Amino acid sequence: MKTGFCLRNAQVNQMLKIVTVSAEGELGRRIRDLGLIPGTECKVIGKAPLKDPVALRLKDFTLTLRNSEADHITVAALED
Amino acid sequence: MSSSLLVALAGQPNCGKSTVFNMLTGARQHVANYPGVTVEKKTGFFSLGDMRVELVDLPGTYSLTSYSLEERVARDFLLNDNPGVVIDVADASNLKRNLYLTIQLLEMEVPTVVALNMMDVATRRGQSVDIAKLEQLLSVPVVPTVAKKGEGKEAVRIAVEHAHAEKTVAPFVVDYGPLESRIDEISAMLAGDPTLGAQYPVRWLAVKLLENDHEAEVLLRRVHSAPQGVLDAVVLARAGFLEGEGRDIERHIAYARHAAAGRIAREVVAVEEGRGRSLSDRADRFICHRFLGPVILVLILLALYQVSIVFGGWLAAEVWPLWGGIETFVSDMLPAAGFAEDPLVRSLGEWVVKSMTAILNYLPIFLLLFAFIAAMEDSGYMPRMAFILDRLFRRFGLHGQSTLPMILGGVYVGGCAIPGVMATKAIPDERARLATILIVPMMNCLAKVPLYLILIDAYFPQMGGLAMFFIATVTLFMALPVAKALSLTILRKKEQAPFIMEMPPYHVPTMGGVARRSIERTWLFVKKIITVVAAVAVVIFVLINFPGLSDTRRAHYAAEEKAAIDAFMVEVDKTEYKGVITHDDVLGIILFDEALRQAKVGVTDQAVSDTINERFDTANPVYSAVVRRQGDSGRTLNRELRKVVSVRKQLRREMRTERFEGSFLGVVGRAIEPVTQYAGFNWRINIALLSAFAAKENSAATLGAIYGIDGSGQSVEESMKQEEAGFTPLHALALMLFMALYPPCIPTSIMVRHQSNSTKWMMFSIGYQSLLGLLVATLVFTGGSMLALSGFQAMWAFYALCVAVTVVMAMIPSREEARAASEDGKEPCKENCS
Repeated sequence: MKTGFCLRNAQVNQMLKIVTVSAEGELGRRIRDLGLIPGTECKVIGKAPLKDPVALRLKDFTLTLRNSEADHITVAALED
Repeated sequence: MSSSLLVALAGQPNCGKSTVFNMLTGARQHVANYPGVTVEKKTGFFSLGDMRVELVDLPGTYSLTSYSLEERVARDFLLNDNPGVVIDVADASNLKRNLYLTIQLLEMEVPTVVALNMMDVATRRGQSVDIAKLEQLLSVPVVPTVAKKGEGKEAVRIAVEHAHAEKTVAPFVVDYGPLESRIDEISAMLAGDPTLGAQYPVRWLAVKLLENDHEAEVLLRRVHSAPQGVLDAVVLARAGFLEGEGRDIERHIAYARHAAAGRIAREVVAVEEGRGRSLSDRADRFICHRFLGPVILVLILLALYQVSIVFGGWLAAEVWPLWGGIETFVSDMLPAAGFAEDPLVRSLGEWVVKSMTAILNYLPIFLLLFAFIAAMEDSGYMPRMAFILDRLFRRFGLHGQSTLPMILGGVYVGGCAIPGVMATKAIPDERARLATILIVPMMNCLAKVPLYLILIDAYFPQMGGLAMFFIATVTLFMALPVAKALSLTILRKKEQAPFIMEMPPYHVPTMGGVARRSIERTWLFVKKIITVVAAVAVVIFVLINFPGLSDTRRAHYAAEEKAAIDAFMVEVDKTEYKGVITHDDVLGIILFDEALRQAKVGVTDQAVSDTINERFDTANPVYSAVVRRQGDSGRTLNRELRKVVSVRKQLRREMRTERFEGSFLGVVGRAIEPVTQYAGFNWRINIALLSAFAAKENSAATLGAIYGIDGSGQSVEESMKQEEAGFTPLHALALMLFMALYPPCIPTSIMVRHQSNSTKWMMFSIGYQSLLGLLVATLVFTGGSMLALSGFQAMWAFYALCVAVTVVMAMIPSREEARAASEDGKEPCKENCS
């Protein structure tokens, strides 16, 4: 596994694994409630016309988040 | 013996909760709000043997922390209303995430039945769920359902009955690992209090307190005899844990719950390899595509516009005879009309009914709009729309989900602010939601269009199309900067919510579901609006009709009335009807004439027309002879009658204008003239604008009343130009812009109050738009006059100004963005995490 980088900088369709989630308070709760916790596998499946927000695919569902929210999440690329 | 049982329905968003609700309760539903908040509370009923079950639909939430309003509402209900049983709807195709909520429900120690919904979707994706195993792991009954098809209804009912009969709850215990000792410590302190221990689940409260949950703290202070001791212990425990484990407790608890959910899901779900939700993913490749996405979005919105406004407008016209029929019916019931003045009961009654039919007229449009929205909601397109437009709208302090309210309000031409404001409910972000509520009334609703058309026809006849384009699009360039300005100033301190949200898989909406929701919402709207409109109509009626004419003016009109009738009688006495038709018959003949015309409205068939004629002939042969020009005398008298009718109309118009001018509203109109003259409005225009507050159509109608549309055969445009000789296109432009920014009409204001849950915001909404409208109209009129611009030049100068302001406003960063930007340089990605 390579070193972690910010989710904002992830490539579309790159397989990722969440390394850390640093958000506090309400945002942190929302991110956790949706199941974005360290160890979760995901991939960016698309970006909106102005490159923000991004659509993130988890195992069973898709969610969207703004880049400002993605900044709180670091990921690592999965080799496959 | 019959008894009753309260059952709550909980579940995450997009798990098919409302379908389960409909499956269990059928048509027996009641929609209201939870007390004090704008969260909708749906209640339904069904019977279980001889037991009456009240089913309450809780808001869909991912979790039961108390942060968002929905979660707070759901949790308060579970805690304080003591439901006998909770049905937890879980999406079988998304079990792991759904179990996260299930676990929290079980921790609250309420008797729970899990309805494992969307089994068909799970099967289609190659997932199978071991129900027996899941029941064993959770130690609560689990019922597989496909609510969409009504499968599992009976099983859920039986499970609820059993859960209620058994009553005992085996709490589900999540292993919190290193936190357990601290939970035990706090639990012991809580259990020591006799009332608390009996009323609330102790372990749950201990976990909540350790999670630093504010509501739990409030609860503790209320029920515990010595809360401070417990809270001190909690603070110590939190600090100790953070130091010992290197991560805060909230995070640790969430991870432990997710781990438990994941463990259970792994044990019960078997997945066939290579099958995902590929269809939705493939659709998203186009629908959320960077270039195709916006194109598809525009096409969908065009379809929405076409169906609801264009087709709905046609439908409204088709349905109109029904409302017209009601108006006629009420008119018939009321005391008959007089010659120059009608009895008060009649004019008031007609006014109130007309105010209501004016709104009811939009009913077909609302039904279609609501159906379209319901279909869009059910299909899963809404979050995609927010996804595509969020970045753009965010620049103006709005939200991706502000799109729909603005479309409904009439972002181009033709919408209605009422459903627009209603639709802001979906916006999770308080600041963006209020900003949207405040700008939706600035859109071009259908009722503003008649005034635009009159003014454009009268003052921009050569450039009608361009002028219409101007007013249709300039509103957006006024609304966006205003939204940004509001969110940078008075809305600055309002809470913002994270955007992060689920994009559920696409569903094909069902006809039944869409129809049900559309009718439900329309009915809610009718109930809410109509009663208020009727009440307000009475007030407005008084304001524009009283104190009324003085006795001398009345005598003057009475004399004119007598002169006209006398002249007619002179002619009567020259014919064979001398002595048959008397003074008292004249009004009768006029009303007879009106009734005949009314009866023939829309009749094209000669045979039908003949029957009507016959009916009137037998009803009163003498009147009929005059009205239907039978014989020489009939023809002569008919000619004379036309003159009387024309005098009557003239008198009525003059009296109405005079009454208006002298009315309370007229006095106000004159009083504000010194201010409004800079915007180019004289007191007559002021009256028309003031009367529009009840409903915007009134502006055109009042202008019609002031300038007189009846009798002369002139259009409002012509008579307006004639009577307002000093009016220039610049006046018209200022007036159009004022109308665009006009404060929300009364039904919309009520909706604003309802959605913002505050009278203050409603008053603000009315106040700021009046001021802004006056300011813009003054700027355009006075500015245009000083620069000696023509109306057309001023129009495009203003347009350019608005676009420029919009672009500038888009560049100004919000408070949060500014802060983020200053941090960005130092620390591009926050990394100090667990």
